[in-house]
Amino acid sequence: MRFWQEIREGLIISFASIRANKLRSALTTLGIIIGIVTVTLVGTAINGLNNAFNKSISALGSDTLYVRRGSWFIDSDAEWQKMRKRPPVTLDQVEKVSRQMTLARAVAPFAITRQSVSYKNKNSSSIVVIGTTEDFVNIAGNSVASGRFFTSLEAAGGRPVCSIGNEVATNLFKGEDPVGKRIRVGNQTLEILGVMTKQGSFLGQFSLDNQIIIPVRQYISMFRREEDFEIQIRAVSTEQVEEAKEELRGIMRRIRHVPPGVEDNFAINQQEMFIKTFNRVGGTIASAGLFITGLSLFVGGIGIMNIMFVSVAERTKEIGIRKAIGAKKRTILLQFLAEAAGICLFGGVLGLMIAFPLTLVMNQFLPATMNLTIVGIALLVSAITGVVSGFLPAWRAARMNPVDALRSE
Amino acid sequence: MPLLELKNIARRYVMGTETIHALRDVSLCIERGEYVALMGPSGSGKSTMMNLLGCLDTPTAGDFLLNGNHVREMDDNELAELRNREIGFVFQSFHLLPRSDALHNVELPLIYAGADSTQRREQALKVLAQVGLAERVHHKPNEMSGGQRQRVAIARALVNNPSILLADEPTGNLDSRTGEEIMALFEALWKQGNTIILVTHEEDVARHAKRIVRLRDGLVASDEPNLNPIIPAQA
Repeated sequence: MRFWQEIREGLIISFASIRANKLRSALTTLGIIIGIVTVTLVGTAINGLNNAFNKSISALGSDTLYVRRGSWFIDSDAEWQKMRKRPPVTLDQVEKVSRQMTLARAVAPFAITRQSVSYKNKNSSSIVVIGTTEDFVNIAGNSVASGRFFTSLEAAGGRPVCSIGNEVATNLFKGEDPVGKRIRVGNQTLEILGVMTKQGSFLGQFSLDNQIIIPVRQYISMFRREEDFEIQIRAVSTEQVEEAKEELRGIMRRIRHVPPGVEDNFAINQQEMFIKTFNRVGGTIASAGLFITGLSLFVGGIGIMNIMFVSVAERTKEIGIRKAIGAKKRTILLQFLAEAAGICLFGGVLGLMIAFPLTLVMNQFLPATMNLTIVGIALLVSAITGVVSGFLPAWRAARMNPVDALRSE
Repeated sequence: MPLLELKNIARRYVMGTETIHALRDVSLCIERGEYVALMGPSGSGKSTMMNLLGCLDTPTAGDFLLNGNHVREMDDNELAELRNREIGFVFQSFHLLPRSDALHNVELPLIYAGADSTQRREQALKVLAQVGLAERVHHKPNEMSGGQRQRVAIARALVNNPSILLADEPTGNLDSRTGEEIMALFEALWKQGNTIILVTHEEDVARHAKRIVRLRDGLVASDEPNLNPIIPAQA
C-alpha cells in the first residue's frame, strides 16, 4: 500500500520535473528514442526474416524427403568433386523406390531446366520446366487451382500436356482461361491441363509460380538430358519422417549397390537442413544486429545517468525537505528511479511511435510487423535502462544527510 | 514522563584535523504542552540543538529520549519515521516544494506515513482551513505571499498531529506585521494543546514563549520561565 503510494508519488514528481525541464528532458529522451527505434527496427527486421524464411521453407514440407546425388549444402570443393563422381539417380531407381517404400504417401521424380515459353505473340523466357509424375501433386505445397493435373497414364505415356504455375498464367494469358490452350515450350507444343495454386517465392529468391510442370517422359524426350533426378518422397506422416528416412536409405543403398561399410553415394535432404543452416546464420546476424543497436541504447542510458546526477544535485534541498518530513532512503531512491524510468518509458513510447510507421515501410520488403512481443520488450528494455542508469544518482540522493541537504541553496 | 528528555548531550563534529564541540553538555526536559524558546547567538550550538531536537541528527554522547524513544540508537530510516510521526518542522525560508500546490505540500507527510488518499485530502484541507488558507489550496508557493507560504508550512507541520512543532526562525523572512500574524497563529496552536519549540536569536520573537532556554558555547546558560510573555493580538 505504502509502497504503491510512494511509486505513485515518484511518478507524479517525475512527470512534474520532466515538464519543468522540457528541453533538457527532450534531449535526454532523444538518446533513448533513438535507441528504442533502432532496437525495435532490428527486432522487427529479424522477426520479418524469420517469418519470410518459415513461409518459404514450408514449401519444402516437414514430411518430405529429397534424395539426390549430393547434399543441398556442399561445404567444400572436395565434397563437390566426390559428389560429381557418383552415379546419377535414374528414373528406374525412382520407380524402384516408389514400389518398395512402405512409409511413403507419394514418390515423384524431379528434374528441372529453364526454357522460353510462348503463347500466340507473347513470350516468356527463362521459365522453370519441371519433369515429374502424377504423384508430384501430392508432395508438399503443390495443388491445382483450376483444371486438373496430368494422370498416371499421361505421365507414363509422356503425353504433350502440362500444368502451369500461377505467374505463367497471368503473364501469358491476360484475362483468358489458359486451360485447354496450347503453348510452345522449346520446340514442342503442349496442351495446358490446369493451373497450379499460387505459392509465392522461395527465400525471396525465385518464384515458385513461374513454372511449367510436364510428364517426366515428355521431359526426357524434349530435353534429352543425362538422366539424373531428384526423388521427392512424402512420408505417411510428419511423425514417421525419420523411420521413412531409414527405410529410404536402405532401399537406395540396395538399388544403387552400395556394399556394407561403404558410405552412401547419395544424399537425403530435408527441410530441417535449411532450418539448421538458417538458424546458425540468422542467429549470428540477429545477435550482431541487436548488440550494435543495443550500444545506442547504452549511450542513451549514459545520457540518462548524467542528467539524473544533475537533477539530484539541483534538488538537494528538495531531498532535504522530503527527508525532514519523513521520507526514508527507500522513498527517495524510488522517487529518482521512477523519474529515470519515467523518462525512459516516455522515450520508449515515443520511439515505438516513430518505429511503427517505419516497420510499415519495411513490410513492403519483408513480412515484418511490429508485434506485441516487440512492443512489450521495447518498453521493458527502456524501463530497465532507466532503472539501471538511474540507480547510482538515486542512491546518491537517498544517502544524503538531511541537515546538509537542507542547508544547500 | 517528559515529552523530551536530554541528558548530558554532546555533539562534536570532526572537520579535517579539528574537532568542533557544538554542544558540550546539555541537559533539558520539555513537557507536553509547553511553549519554549531556544535562544542563543550564532555559534552557541543553537542550530545543532535544533537538528538534534528535530531528529535530523543524533548526539555524539548522552541520552536523548523523545516520547520514550531512545533517539541515539536509531538508524536513518527509524529517524525518518520518528520525524514523520513526532515532529512538525517550520523553517525560516518555508522549505515548500516549489512545483507542488499548497494541498500537495501539506499532504506530503501523510503520503510518507502511508495514509490513504481520501483521508489524506480531508486531513490536509482541515489543517489548511485551520491556518486560514481554505481559499488557496491549489496555489503554488510562488503564487503566495511570504506569510501565506509560512502558513502552508505550518499546516504541513501540523497535518500529522505531531508531538512537537519545531520552528526555526519562523518569522525571519517575514515583515514584522506578517511575523506577528504567524506568532498569533503559534499562540492559538499552543492554546489548542500543541507543544511548540521556537529556535530564534531574536529577543522579540522569543518573548512570545512561556519559557526561554538560552544557549552559549554549547552549554545551557539559563533556563527560566517567561513571566511576562507577549500575547499577540489575534489576527
